[in-house]
Amino acid sequence: MDEGLRSELSKQGIFTTTLEDLYNWGRKNSIWPLGFGLACCAIEMIATSMARYDLARFGAEVFRPSPRQADLMIVAGTVTKKMAPQVVRLYNQMPEPKYVIAMGACAISGGPFKQGYNVLKGIDRYIPVDIHIPGCPPRPEALLHALMTLQQKIDEQVLTGERRPRHLNADVPGEFPVPEYGEHDLVPTNNPDVWQPPALVRED
Amino acid sequence: MDTDKNAPEQIKSRVEVGVPGVRLEVVVNGSPCAQHSLVVDREHALLAAKFLKEDPAYRMDYVSNVTGVDWPETTIKEIVKTKEVVDGVEREIERTTEKKKSGFLEAVYHLYSMELKHGPVILRIRTENRAEGNHLPSLTPVWRGAEFQEREIFDLYGIVFDGHPDLRRILMWEEFKDYPMRKDYVEPDDYEYEPTPHDDVLEKAKKHAEKVLTTDGH
Amino acid sequence: MSAEFTLEKRGGERANEDGESRTADGRSAFRTAAGMTFTHNNSDTTQTTAPAKGFELRPKASHNGEIGGELLEISMGPQHPSTHGVFRMDVVLDGERVVQLKPIFGYLHRNHEKIAEGTTYLASIPYTDRLDYFCSLTNNWAYCLAVEKLAGLQVPERAEYIRIITAELTRLQNHACLGGFLLQDMGASGTPLMYAFREREKILDLFESLTGARMMCNYMRFGGCRCDLPAGWLEQSKRVVDDFPQFLDEFEALLNENEILMSRTQGVGVLPRALAVDASITGPMLRACGVNYDIRKVDKYGIYDRFQFRVPLGDHGDVYDRYMIRVLEMRESVKILQHALKDIPAGPIVDPKAKLRGFRPKPGEAYGRIEAPKGELGFYLISDGSPNPYRYRVRPPSFINLTILEDMCLGQHVADVVIILGSIDIVLGEVDR
Repeated sequence: MDEGLRSELSKQGIFTTTLEDLYNWGRKNSIWPLGFGLACCAIEMIATSMARYDLARFGAEVFRPSPRQADLMIVAGTVTKKMAPQVVRLYNQMPEPKYVIAMGACAISGGPFKQGYNVLKGIDRYIPVDIHIPGCPPRPEALLHALMTLQQKIDEQVLTGERRPRHLNADVPGEFPVPEYGEHDLVPTNNPDVWQPPALVRED
Repeated sequence: MDTDKNAPEQIKSRVEVGVPGVRLEVVVNGSPCAQHSLVVDREHALLAAKFLKEDPAYRMDYVSNVTGVDWPETTIKEIVKTKEVVDGVEREIERTTEKKKSGFLEAVYHLYSMELKHGPVILRIRTENRAEGNHLPSLTPVWRGAEFQEREIFDLYGIVFDGHPDLRRILMWEEFKDYPMRKDYVEPDDYEYEPTPHDDVLEKAKKHAEKVLTTDGH
Repeated sequence: MSAEFTLEKRGGERANEDGESRTADGRSAFRTAAGMTFTHNNSDTTQTTAPAKGFELRPKASHNGEIGGELLEISMGPQHPSTHGVFRMDVVLDGERVVQLKPIFGYLHRNHEKIAEGTTYLASIPYTDRLDYFCSLTNNWAYCLAVEKLAGLQVPERAEYIRIITAELTRLQNHACLGGFLLQDMGASGTPLMYAFREREKILDLFESLTGARMMCNYMRFGGCRCDLPAGWLEQSKRVVDDFPQFLDEFEALLNENEILMSRTQGVGVLPRALAVDASITGPMLRACGVNYDIRKVDKYGIYDRFQFRVPLGDHGDVYDRYMIRVLEMRESVKILQHALKDIPAGPIVDPKAKLRGFRPKPGEAYGRIEAPKGELGFYLISDGSPNPYRYRVRPPSFINLTILEDMCLGQHVADVVIILGSIDIVLGEVDR
């Protein structure tokens, strides 16, 4: 639309936009997180929602207790193999569109506890992750930056066409299989549709 | 708090008076804090614990810590000098003999007294071996605080406590089969993705890469 | 009894039943006001959901007119807004009353002890930060105390004073946040927690300027501390400590005599004294039952014997006593801090004989314990002369304090289970290690 016409109209009190912009603006400014803190990063998540680093100004202050009412799952803390089926189940219960932020080193790749027999080496082995926040624990400002990056990501989504997001695409599944407890490890150890170990080139 | 009555010999003689038939052994501690401990035999452990709890001089009513320790099988090399006749000449020859010391699992109890405010008195109970002979008497009937800690030792070491009210796994899931804290536990191999490996993680990543090549997996 | 309900058209027969619920000792007024059941449509039946228009829910009468029912088994957790982390309780209910409760944890079992067997003594200090992630400095102190006992190291005086100052600051922010979380569980959603976190942020600023990190401080070393106090730190902390009693006055004025707090916590979750000692309970929970056992006074580790402070004891052992004990302990900690900040001497902060690189203690074992804000935190180390420990064991207070959760919750309402769990003050990083 012509910019001159647009500014004329807005001076008169008529605002014009596209359906895509409006849809994305509404979604990005009211992301409701699921109240899901696992370990130490959860305390920094709580501190982010407190008075000093206010999360409410981004529209994300209502931490929903139920996954059916949430659109963002902030996996804050170490995901252990005992907890992993529960995390995937909660992700499946969230309605589309849903996003995942992996907060902290433990959720990205196992973190300092990587050698543990009970530690899942990154939640992205089973569910797709949108934003990763490094840190142990990441500062509240880092979580705010991640939220703003997520808002930017939502803003850039298109409604139609090839690059449309998962929730508008009937072919891509939104639910992922839940791992089960095996005798020595989880069964399966990772979800091949979601995560493939990258090809490594070693010098020796 | 080391008072005279907390010296292990004193405790040993008193318990031997109070619980007839008990066999105790003092384990000397090499570190400067001098927290020596007593090994109790399996058959009299429950009686010895009850005695320590009720005896008016000790009143150990508070079990602070219950730990499991794994002592795997070790070989002790001994060098013995013997005189033997070799080629007609008597000489002193050194022979090395290897003795296998059998492994065992151990439960260590740190006892304190809230009433008399002294401690610690450290008890150790040892299993017969690390295979089927891994039963120990549970001291939960004496001190309720040992309940969860003994369950944890069962979960991570595999010591079965006879007389425990509710012995099942506490930290790992029920279907898990191994005893992770034992020294011979093999971890599951999920080191496919290792961007900057070094030291032992590099070894694990290399072993995984070999395994992938040989089995032609994904 | 949880009755089976049928949907019947209004105007049918009404069952005669006393619709009001009473507590075990007959007090009914406050409990039902904050409780779950409510009567509807002037009938004497109790129902818990609103029926469709024109219909009402009525209990199904069984053969002799009694209302039959079954026990209800609920799994609370591991994802739950009020379980303080990934903690799960399998609760069997008879209506609103708890008949059986089995705690299940291990959802945060991060294999700290196994990892420590593979790393050196020094490299385990950052892992101890993550045990009780609210109070990382007291965890560091407990571990360093155990290693100092194992290796026979002496700590210089300035380092002892710094250790006490940081430990008591940790205790202040832990107890303040606990008050906030307890009230959030009761329904005061967020406001006392906001005040508590305001104070916590002030203390975390102090920690950040001293150690470089807000939460995972990694500050103590074997034989002393890592680095000396920066310029101006003592003045800043004096200001924070002198402002703290004003926050406590504000907190207490709002909460101590609060009607809802008192009625929801007095008489709830009573722990008898003999059971507490038998079940190895330590910390404020034990002192709320009236047992005078504070490791700062018993073991006199550090230089605590130079400070004058009292140990508050409770009479009843219920949730209200545990809350009040923590408030009083905060006041005592302020006293210790004011004294320590005045008296801190100059000097070295680490034992000159302590070797950080190539630290190999002699073979032996040691058990060192401190009074952490949650209870007795102990470390048991067995050394075999190598740089890594042979056995590294954490004695977690939260894990052992959970032993009597079932005993305290039997016969209580489901809503009270949440408050009782909140008053035990657990942190899952410590429970599961």
